[in-house]
Amino acid sequence: MPAISAGLSRDQLLEIYRYLRLTRTLEERLTALYRQSKVIGGLFRSLGQEGESVGSAYALERGRRKDVLSPLIRNLGSMLVMGAQPIEILRQYMAKAESPTRGRELNVHFNDLELGYLGQISHLGDMVPVMAGIALTFKMRGEPRVGLVYVGDGATSTGAFHEGLNFAAVQRVPLVMIGEYNYWAYSTPPEKQFAVKDLAAKAKAYGIPAVTVDGNDVLAVYEATKFAVDRARRGKGVHFIEVKTYRRKGHAEHDDQSYQPKDEIERWAKDNDPVDRYVKQLLGNDWADTQDLKDIDDDVRDEVDQATDACVNEPLPEPETALPGVYVHPLAPDKLWFRSL
Amino acid sequence: MPEITYLEALRQGLWEEMERDERVFILGEDVGLYGGAFKVTEGFHKRFGESRVIDTPISEAAIVGAAAGAAHMGMRPVAEMQFIDFISCAYDMLTNYVATARYRAGLATPIVVRGPCGGYVRGGPFHSQNPEAAFLHTPGLKIVYPATARDAKGLIKSSIRDDDPVIYLEHKWLYRRIKEQLPPSEGEEILTPIGEARLAREGTDLSIITYGATVWKSLEAAEQLEQEDGVSIEILDLRTLLPMDDAAIVRTVQKTNKVLIVHEDTRTGGVAGEIAARINERAFEWLDGPIMRVTAHDVPLPYAPTLEDFVLPQTEDIVKAVRWLAAY
Ligand SMILES: Cc1ncc(C[n+]2csc(CCOP(=O)(O)OP(=O)(O)O)c2C)c(N)n1
Ligand SMILES: [Mg+2]
Repeated sequence: MPAISAGLSRDQLLEIYRYLRLTRTLEERLTALYRQSKVIGGLFRSLGQEGESVGSAYALERGRRKDVLSPLIRNLGSMLVMGAQPIEILRQYMAKAESPTRGRELNVHFNDLELGYLGQISHLGDMVPVMAGIALTFKMRGEPRVGLVYVGDGATSTGAFHEGLNFAAVQRVPLVMIGEYNYWAYSTPPEKQFAVKDLAAKAKAYGIPAVTVDGNDVLAVYEATKFAVDRARRGKGVHFIEVKTYRRKGHAEHDDQSYQPKDEIERWAKDNDPVDRYVKQLLGNDWADTQDLKDIDDDVRDEVDQATDACVNEPLPEPETALPGVYVHPLAPDKLWFRSL
Repeated sequence: MPEITYLEALRQGLWEEMERDERVFILGEDVGLYGGAFKVTEGFHKRFGESRVIDTPISEAAIVGAAAGAAHMGMRPVAEMQFIDFISCAYDMLTNYVATARYRAGLATPIVVRGPCGGYVRGGPFHSQNPEAAFLHTPGLKIVYPATARDAKGLIKSSIRDDDPVIYLEHKWLYRRIKEQLPPSEGEEILTPIGEARLAREGTDLSIITYGATVWKSLEAAEQLEQEDGVSIEILDLRTLLPMDDAAIVRTVQKTNKVLIVHEDTRTGGVAGEIAARINERAFEWLDGPIMRVTAHDVPLPYAPTLEDFVLPQTEDIVKAVRWLAAY
């Protein structure tokens, strides 16, 4: 029996691998669909950051009415961990009628509160106070549940981030925040974003315990998050985890990332890819052999193939479905007069 | 004369003002080395340096607030919102601080806040907004919304020179779609007066009052109606929404006696309601029919092409609405 790590069983270690591989394979598929103009809007990749999304989400209690997280555009992995299906992601990007938002919203902007993920809006920082409110409710009802919210290095410059974090700290709500230091906010580097060295310093200023971890070490992220989540569940309040990682693609697929030093990107790709590093760990510790991983890779590819085939030719939503759902009542605004002429 | 895009015209206008007046500076997210998300400020960093082209943190309230402070001290800041949808994060600064400064405290706040707005681009609910109605209700602000390359240039220059705060709305669907021959920078200086509408098309049977992207949809509809129905449409491009050019509105009503107001923004509480009220007050007796509106439906703007096309006003809608009103 090989040694286990971070209190995780062999099956769990392989499950983590599966989510990493699924995130990357699914995003690669989205890139292919984007190049075929099947994706309607922009495409945002998390290449090189899959480890922190998967590792952090994996530390939550999952299942119906358990913990709740709020992902950002680069946290696809965290949604998959919570139970979002590849076909849902594909349909969202292609704005299909059967997508979770029925074509109303983009990419990963969708939710399943039962499964425990709340979709972001584009306005950076806004999910921080909202997640503070979700965690506040857990506390008010005495439920042993925890909220987790992601924030980018750039987004820590917003007012909503600061207000939300402080609110959560004062109320001592069970909230864990993952601060993603990935060196870029669109074209803006950290030194133009904040004058502190680490994001952790910002959280500490609000009286919140904060740690900085290697974001491309999946198990380190898992362990740090697990500690914070357990602590929050015990009523000890907010915890902040800064993950140091690197955005290897441009802001979105259209961005030529000319402002990012080429050798910097290459260095992270070669020496510090979270999936490569995890594979080395799995094999080096005899937690898995190459056949185990190959089986998972094949299985993931099949899953993504099947999901793609199942939805790629689906129709877009019927035009008039744009109207209902603004309020409970009235159900829908009237179609405007000139449409009935 | 060289043919340039709406975006290039805006860029030229900014450039000329930066050259002309060293008090002018630009601040916003990714505006420096990167040249802005839509490349409006491409090359500015190299020419004017990072002290006049400032890459800011993602902090819209601070961008607008800092611009206001600098303006009090005699500077002429131009603040970019990466997408105009994010201006909501600076709503407090704009409506409470900036808009009231002159009246309340005698403070000059000559800032320009500009950014890409509008739909027809599959941007979804947070990259497609038209925020004009939220600010139309705020005394102390001015709002301009160019539809042509000439006005993109002329209005940015006038906005920068204006002694009051101006929200400059630029339509991203027009950025590279609209091309126009404009004199080069060394030639004629283009300054579009703030507060003056423009007759985009002369006609006698019916007036369309509009602004922004729907100026072009209205022009397209007017051509079709001219050919198919022999109806002569006049189109008034407001260009400035605040202060509104009442005289131009009344003139066109007196000429054609029928008015269709078209805008891309949602219907309830939109700019069209204000225009209709002004016509009622000033030119009611000149009307031969009801003032009608073609606008977006009252829903957040959805992402899927089929849904977006349904929610937003299209050329075909304008054609149908005109036919109905012409027959009234
Ligand atoms: C309030 C607000 N302002 C501007 C933007 C435009 N914008 C979208 S993503 C982005 C950069 C985000 O950087 P970061 O938070 O570091 O996240 P990353 O892209 O690195 O994952 C910007 C400026 C926005 N979405 N919201
Ligand atoms: Mg970042």
